[in-house]
Amino acid sequence: MTGSTGSTGFRLGPVSGPLRWRPFVVVVVGLGLLVLAAAVSVARGDFPIPLGQVFDVLLGGGQRGQRFIVLDLRLPRALTGLFVGAALGVAGAVFQSIARNPLASPDILGVTWGAGAGAVSVITFAGTLGAVDGTMARVGVPLASLAGGLLAGLLVYGLAWRRGIEGFRLVLVGIGISAVAGNFTHYLLTVGDVTDAARVMVWITGSLNGRGWEHVVPVGLALALLIPAALVGTRLLGALQFDDDTVRGLGVRLNGARSVMLLLAVVLAAVATAAAGPVAFVALASPQIALRLAGTATPPLLGSAVVGGLLVVVSDLVARLAFGGFELPVGVVTAVLGAPYLMYLLVRSRREARV
Amino acid sequence: MTAVRLQTQSLSVGYGERLVVSDLDLDVLAGSVTAVIGPNGCGKSTLLRALGRLLPARAGAVVLDGKRIDRTPTREVAKVLAMLPQSPQAPEGLTVAELVARGRHPHQAWYRQWSPDDEEAVTAALKMTGMAELSERTVDELSGGQRQRAWISMALAQGTDLLLLDEPTTYLDLAHQIDVLDLVQRLHREHGRTVVMVLHDLNLAARYAERLVAMKDGRIVVEGPPADVLTEPNLLEVFGLDARVVTDPVAGTPLVIPIGHLERAAFDESHAKRPMQTRRERRTHPPRT
Repeated sequence: MTGSTGSTGFRLGPVSGPLRWRPFVVVVVGLGLLVLAAAVSVARGDFPIPLGQVFDVLLGGGQRGQRFIVLDLRLPRALTGLFVGAALGVAGAVFQSIARNPLASPDILGVTWGAGAGAVSVITFAGTLGAVDGTMARVGVPLASLAGGLLAGLLVYGLAWRRGIEGFRLVLVGIGISAVAGNFTHYLLTVGDVTDAARVMVWITGSLNGRGWEHVVPVGLALALLIPAALVGTRLLGALQFDDDTVRGLGVRLNGARSVMLLLAVVLAAVATAAAGPVAFVALASPQIALRLAGTATPPLLGSAVVGGLLVVVSDLVARLAFGGFELPVGVVTAVLGAPYLMYLLVRSRREARV
Repeated sequence: MTAVRLQTQSLSVGYGERLVVSDLDLDVLAGSVTAVIGPNGCGKSTLLRALGRLLPARAGAVVLDGKRIDRTPTREVAKVLAMLPQSPQAPEGLTVAELVARGRHPHQAWYRQWSPDDEEAVTAALKMTGMAELSERTVDELSGGQRQRAWISMALAQGTDLLLLDEPTTYLDLAHQIDVLDLVQRLHREHGRTVVMVLHDLNLAARYAERLVAMKDGRIVVEGPPADVLTEPNLLEVFGLDARVVTDPVAGTPLVIPIGHLERAAFDESHAKRPMQTRRERRTHPPRT
């Protein structure tokens, strides 16, 4: 039954909701492509493995050497990329919906930079730059990253608050905080040892190089918890897309709802940053790509997650394979893709017409 | 005896240090249409926002159906009272249907995001405002009048019998102002809605409201039926406006005709011996309801 709202209702026990076809198709097709891209990423490399055998290994078969290459070397990397992309996509979608501004994403607003600064501080002060291991790598770096991201998020929110949050002020304050956090990171680099500083540079560009299961687990866990939470909050996000008075008129506890959703997004962005460094533009671009594909007014959460995952996995594939034997950090590729898009957004946002 | 739906009790509200409305008492009766009028900055919108619990009271209280509004869960309030702010904003690309569907928010829960009730309320709201044909258009591509009707539809979909409208006719040309106010009148007459609105145009306020509340400097100067409120002395006091009040030949309500300084000079000259009287054209018309 298609009603006046152009959507079909779905019902699953006591759970019901609107179901629109286009966003649904985007998610399904996107997931298919994502699995394919991840499989190709696992298959290609110095020791190519046929795609069919990749699936064999994943299902428990394959030779011992192949199993090592797939399960210990390439799969964690692909999964980290996928999870990081998905987390950044959802984080960006939440930010952009709430700020009602396509420029508002954790990377522009300083959250990923704050998370980066947190992580780099731990790496620096723990002594072994860029190569922290043991407990410090598993717990310390993600936690510091989370703290840095939260701190940056809180600062931006607090400084931009003037009887409410207005999209453009949020973006401007965010750019300021980004610069502060970025410069702090660079300061840490000058304090550190020269050779290790070079490795941290790779890290703050955003890299999936040498990512193992210890990187997959925290992001995977965060996603497993927070994506369902974000989906439950979809309805809230749908209400938060209006001006403050309208939102509160609908019976939403504005500050509570907004804080919870933003906190969720900050945690996702920070955890993603802890795993792969601040991979540029993914959080900015994926929600907007998903929005255009799905034909919705605000970024769809699941769509943004899928597009974000695809963006990072494919970019990493390009970064690894497109330049001969020379491997680039994934963040370089996403930045090259993202910079023109950011310029497009800036030019376009001048004609912000709405009543 | 009609029930009081919404009431302020010695209400004071403000922004920051500044009190905009002070010690104000107002009763909104069930099934009435009230228009709040007054000069710019007199606190009309502030009062309306306080009535819609968008601004907290500094002193006193807003009482909705006998219960203090600030002690009622905001979601419960949203099921009884809908508010249309002065310049509501929706994201670009949102369709009218999606906008109106959001009006169902207070009736939904995370596990029940869309029910047949919702569908029905949205369809009914779109039909009432004549927006059904435009439901797939995006809000940003509508004309001013259509957009206002779309927002009113959203407030209607909320399924409340109390509507607060903050200047629903601003930025509209006269034909569309009448269009929107006719809609408000229909909601009142045919669907029994209680309406409180802020209006700028005194003549339209006199026509479409049964009761006018004239404010100045955060206080109510005078309130009552349009014929009692829109008098020449009151206009002078509330707006500092030199005007004549005649009977609206169409609606029979008071019609305010402002007098500029040129007209005043010309008038006094031709009536040198007999300065303009404060003749009252009030033949106490019963307010049109």
